[in-house]
This record gives sequence, structure tokens and C-alpha cells, in this order.
Amino acid sequence: MAESDNIVVETAEKIFADLADPQTINNDKKNSWQAPLWQALSEAGLPLAWVPDDLGGSGASLADGFALLNAAGRFAVAVPLAETMLAGWLLAQAKIASPEGEMTVLPASPKDRITVNADGALSGRARGVPFAKAAKHFAVLAHGKDGVSIALVDAAKVRTESGLNVGYDHSDTVTLDKVQPVTIKAAPKGADQTTLMLMGGVARSLQIAGALESMLDISVRYSNERVAFEKKISKFQAVQHNLARLAGESAAALAAATSAADAIANAKSFDDEVYLEAASAKIRCAEAAEKGGAIAHQVHGAIGFTIEHILHRYSLRALAWRDDFGSESHWAVELGKLVASRGADELWPLVASR
Amino acid sequence: MTAALRFDPIRLPEKCEQLRKEVRAFLAEEIAAGTFDPHKPNREDTDAPEFSRRVGAKGWLGMTWPKKYGGQERSFLERYVVTEEMRVANAPTRRFFVADRQSGPVLIKYAPEHIKMDILPRICRGEICFAIGMSEPNSGSDLFAAKTRATKTDGGYLINGTKIWTSSAHIADYMIAIFRTSPPTKENRRHGLTQFLVKMKQPGIKVNPIGQITGQYEFNEVVFTDFFVPEDHVLGEVDGAWKQATSELAYERSGPERFLETYYVLTELVRAVGSNPDTRSAEGIGRLVAQLHTMRRMSVSVAGMLQAGKEPVVEASIVKDIGTVWEQQLPHRVRDLAAFVEETATNRETLERQLDFAIKTAPKLTIQGGTTEVLRGIIARGLGLR
Ligand SMILES: Cc1cc2nc3c(=O)[nH]c(=O)nc-3n(C[C@H](O)[C@H](O)[C@H](O)COP(=O)(O)OP(=O)(O)OC[C@H]3O[C@@H](n4cnc5c(N)ncnc54)[C@H](O)[C@@H]3O)c2cc1C
Repeated sequence: MAESDNIVVETAEKIFADLADPQTINNDKKNSWQAPLWQALSEAGLPLAWVPDDLGGSGASLADGFALLNAAGRFAVAVPLAETMLAGWLLAQAKIASPEGEMTVLPASPKDRITVNADGALSGRARGVPFAKAAKHFAVLAHGKDGVSIALVDAAKVRTESGLNVGYDHSDTVTLDKVQPVTIKAAPKGADQTTLMLMGGVARSLQIAGALESMLDISVRYSNERVAFEKKISKFQAVQHNLARLAGESAAALAAATSAADAIANAKSFDDEVYLEAASAKIRCAEAAEKGGAIAHQVHGAIGFTIEHILHRYSLRALAWRDDFGSESHWAVELGKLVASRGADELWPLVASR
Repeated sequence: MTAALRFDPIRLPEKCEQLRKEVRAFLAEEIAAGTFDPHKPNREDTDAPEFSRRVGAKGWLGMTWPKKYGGQERSFLERYVVTEEMRVANAPTRRFFVADRQSGPVLIKYAPEHIKMDILPRICRGEICFAIGMSEPNSGSDLFAAKTRATKTDGGYLINGTKIWTSSAHIADYMIAIFRTSPPTKENRRHGLTQFLVKMKQPGIKVNPIGQITGQYEFNEVVFTDFFVPEDHVLGEVDGAWKQATSELAYERSGPERFLETYYVLTELVRAVGSNPDTRSAEGIGRLVAQLHTMRRMSVSVAGMLQAGKEPVVEASIVKDIGTVWEQQLPHRVRDLAAFVEETATNRETLERQLDFAIKTAPKLTIQGGTTEVLRGIIARGLGLR
């Protein structure tokens, strides 16, 4: 596991180690771990990491927030940390202060659209909204006659139908029927739905990369413990090669995700280069979740398929995260269109832009 | 916890971008002058000695080496940019590439001063070509099974035996080779090999061409019969070549040439589908570009590690494994997508010709420079499994 050299990540890792140990959580059927974990994260100011001080947050840099999400992925954290961070970030784009408590963002899929009516009320439906059930507020990106707006909405005002993703986390359908927001403001230039989806996609990429790092760790450890045919299974070349491929997928996911995070943290706007980075990260991390997760399960044999074992906390969540903020198929089509529209001779200059 | 595999998001410094422009301008001039055709990959590079000299004159060979040897003392990242631009343009680099990437750095580390002063500036000027003599008929992946003998004689060594798959041996001026100077020991079966500098085109060396399934001729069998190598051509420690070989491989394995060898079919596919692709083509291209982008970022990251003086052996093996598997699949994926390209696409013929060649090339990509299986063994060792 990587050594953190950053205070935000150090704080988070300490909280995760104390209150979000995957084995302890997995044994706790009543979910009594959730409240203390959320409270500790909130007291440390982590859910509002991306919100400036004057808007109620802790004003961490984009880079630190991304590193925090990677750490959260390494623990397969299942409270709305990423979602609240994204919501706070979105609200801050329009200088809207963040309230306390859990939040999530709407829409969470590039296909869904929320609209602003003439009277400022919001309508529309958003599917696959992570942790909507747990949220006290929503940060909403909506389209109206005058362009794009960002709004803060009270969760009590909307209809939420519960759903679960393949990782057993809440992924809900939210319907807004002429809902009056708490606050609504025009979005600044560049803050549009694509930007929100790319930002969410990079958050998910970092989480997937973190989960893969842990899957590699526990798979290597298990292969050094499990004995078959009088040998540790780590001594079988076929097993070693599978683990080497898992290491490759994990490394590719981490490289793609951290590169995209670095690109966003240092860019002035979401231009084509950032688009390439962010879309690529989501595509490549989703592919790695599929390939790498399958190997982690293979190495663990039947034990990894049990609900008692922690592997599924990482593997299923990584698979589920593929679907949020645009699947790899979605981004591949969009990236392919972008590449085609720029033309064959501009492909290499785009790839080699950093 | 396992070894952390970090690929930090290195950003290429501003001077790299300036350099990139210069390289592109140079290559555009060469193409315009007819030196090479970027759309024709199935060419033999034996005919481009003047191109090598012009690249040398630009200061793009031995870029990272000390100035006293003709180098430029520039960074690995600058060298990286030159390498990828040459590769993507399909420039005829075979004559100088091995010396620039591998042989020069070996000489800098292990050759006596007078040999460095003699040979390195000539590499930098693009005047000489190197070959690598590692593999033998019964020693490929298992390098330490090499048998070609170097027997001590007055003032040097006599070489007897055969090297095989030696790329460019037919045009090379020198070879850096490993020969057996003593038998392996019980404790260490890697013991007993020594690295030598061999001057080619002399009596006692016979180079026999071996054809390839692409129809090209790149590698050879090289037979040594009582071939004399002077004492001062020993590189590094006698019997200790195995220690030297590993760091050499980090250079060989992580560069952009390890995922860009069939790249040209991707550009040609984008050209063929035009500005308004159907969903299937768009998705296919999007995925390939995302995969390419990711590997390149990993590879740039390893260049950054080399620049920082590290020896990223495991990371380099990961890049080569993922990269070569990708460049091997690429022509097949492009072929899948090309099935839907309009008959009227103006570059259809070029695309088909390129695919034909890339598909023939593909099988070698996961073999040259160390097989996939061997790389995964190295990665497994890095993970603490061995
Ligand atoms: C185009 C091309 C250019 C080349 N140029 C050069 C050159 O310039 N100089 C040079 O010295 N060599 C060169 N080579 C040779 C190359 O390095 C060897 O081909 C390579 O190292 C494999 O050795 P081999 O061909 O003897 O195969 P083998 O070693 O016989 O391997 C055959 C198969 O067995 C597998 N295998 C072997 N050992 C193991 C193991 N321990 N575990 C699992 N699987 C194993 C291999 O992965 C492979 O799949 C070149 C090869 C090619 C294709």
C-alpha cells in the first residue's frame, strides 16, 4: 500500500483503519459502524474537503481530495464520502454554501436530465443516484431556458425509490416534481453536465484503483498462506502469472486515475486534454475492475465467494462503480467521437499532450 | 503489504514540448524529401544510413550521455519525446536505436575510457550500428544456459559458438554479447558469463540471414569460429554479466517502442471512419485510445523514475507486459472495426495493407525483449511470490 505523504490522506487513513476495517464491517450485520465512521469523517472535515472555508468546508486542494478518494477505495468505504465531496464541489462552483450532513449529486448518469422551470422549480428523474436514501441534501445540476443552474435541494422534498447496485450499496431513483430548491444559482461557464460526469467519473476511477490495490494485497497474502498439493499456491507458476496480471491491471488503473486527477487539479478548464484523461481513466479503470476482480476471485477459490470473506467488499463495489457517472461504454463512444471529430492526424498530438 | 507499484503522474516539462515540435518539423521534412513513407510500415531500415547521420547531427542520439562522449546531457524525458515521435512517424530508426537505447549506456558503465572515447561519439553522430548477442539456439528465455565460449588466450579471448535471433547483425558494426568464461557454480547457476564488445565484419564471424514470417529480414544467426576479442573489450566483471544484464533490461523494456509498434493501424482506422463514426466504431476507437493513453502515461512515469536514478525493473516489466499484449491485439481489434468501414473510404487500401502487415508482425511482439511469461515471472518476484 502506498505511503501517504499528505495530511488529509493520513487523517483519513487513520479513521478508516480505526472505524472502517473491512473485516469488522463485514461481520457487523446491523451496520452499526456507519454512524461512528461518518461522524469521525465529518469531525475531520473530510466530506466537505472540496468546499472552501467561506462556504462551510475545509478547503482542501483538489489534489488532496482526489488522494483521499483513492484511500477510501483502498478501504472500500461505504458511506457517502465521495458523493458528499462531489456535491460540495458542485455547489461551490456556484458559490453555494454546503450544509452539514450527507449529500449526493443529481444527475449521476449522463443520460438523465433535470430541468429548471420558469418559476425556478426543478423537475426530472435521476436513476442510479448513489446514496440518495442516505442524503439530507442533493446538489443538483439542472438545465433551463437560461442555461445551466446549480441548486441545493432538501431531500425531504423529493421522491426516492430505493435500489441497490451490484455492490449492495444504495443506488436510488430520485424524482423531482416541481421541487423548490433551497438555493439556486446560475452555473459558471464550464460547469456543465459533462464536467460533472467527468469529475464523478474520476472520483470513481480513484476508488476503483484503490479497491484493486487492496485486492492485489489480499490476493498476494492469501496465495502465500493457502497450501495445496503440499505447496503454497503462490509457488505455482500459473498462480504467479495470474497475480502478475492483477498487478498490471491494478497499476494501470492507478496510473490512469492518478493521471486524470493530476490533470484536473492542474487544469484551468475541462479542455480536450482533460477530457481524454478523465474519460480514459473511467474506461480503463472499469476494464481493470472486470479483469482484475476476476483474477482476485480466482486466486481466492471458493472462500472468496462467501459473504463472510472481505473480497466481495472490494470486487463487487469496484464493479458497481463502473456504472456511476457514465459507464465505460458511454465514455468510449464519447471519446471515440471526440477523436474522430478532431481527425486522424490530431490523434497522436492529443495522446502526447502531456 | 505488497510492494507498492506507483506510477506517478509525471508531466513532461516545457522544454520537452519545444523539442517535440522540432522533432515533428524534422520528420515532416524527411517525409517530404522522400526519406521514408510513414504509411508504409513494411520497409527494411538497412537503406537509411544518411537518415541516422542527420538524426545524430540534430543531437538526438546519446541525448542523456556526458558531453565529453558526444552526448547532450539532456534528460530521459527529452529522449522519451524523441523516441515516441520517431516511432509514431514510422521513421527508419533500426540502425541507431539499439545503440542509443542500450549499447551506449552499457559502454558508459563498463567500458574502458579509450573505448568510450572512440565509440560513443560515433554513436552520437549516427555513424555506427549495434547488435545484441544474448540468445543462443538453446538459450532464449533461460539466458544463463548460454554456451558460446570465450577461452582465455594471449592478450584476449577466443570465441566459439553461435548466437541467434540477432537483430541487425547483418548491418551492425559492433555487438555487445555475453559469452561463457567459466562453468556455472553449484551455488549460482548464473555465474560464469561475461559481457564483451565485439567488432563485427571481421574474420571468424559469419552472419547468416534468417527470414521472418512478415517477409522481412531483420534477425540472423551469428557463428563465431576462433574469433579473437582483445582483453580490453571485456565489459564489466568477468563471470558477472548476470548482475549487469538486469539493469540493462529496465531500459529495454519500458519505452514507448513497447506499445507503439503497430500503432499506425489505429490512426489509419480513425482516418477511415471519418468525422462521424457509427456507435460501434466510436466505442471501439474510444476504448483503444483510453488503453493507449493509460499505457503511455505509465511509460512516461517509468521514464521519470529512470531520470530520478531509480531502477524500476518491476514497473518496466509491467509496462512491457501490458504494452506488448496490447500492441499485439491492436491490429485484430482494428480489423474487427474495419469490417464496418465504408467501401468508399479513401484510405481503405492503405488500411488493408497496413493491417495485413501488422497482423503478421503481431506474434513476435510478446517474444522479443523477453517473453510475456518471463516478464510475469519478474513481476511475481517483485510481488514477493518467489
Ligand atoms: C523479432 C525478434 C528479435 C529478436 N532480437 C534479438 C536480438 O537482437 N538479440 C537477442 O539476443 N535475442 C533476440 N531475440 C530473441 C528473444 O530475446 C528470444 O526469442 C526470447 O528471449 C525467447 O527465447 P526463445 O525464442 O529461445 O524461446 P524459449 O525460451 O524457448 O521459450 C519458448 C516458450 O516457453 C516459454 N518459457 C520459457 N521459459 C519459461 C519459464 N521459465 N516459465 C514459463 N514459460 C517459459 C516462453 O515464454 C515461450 O512462450 C529476438 C526475438 C525476436 C522474435
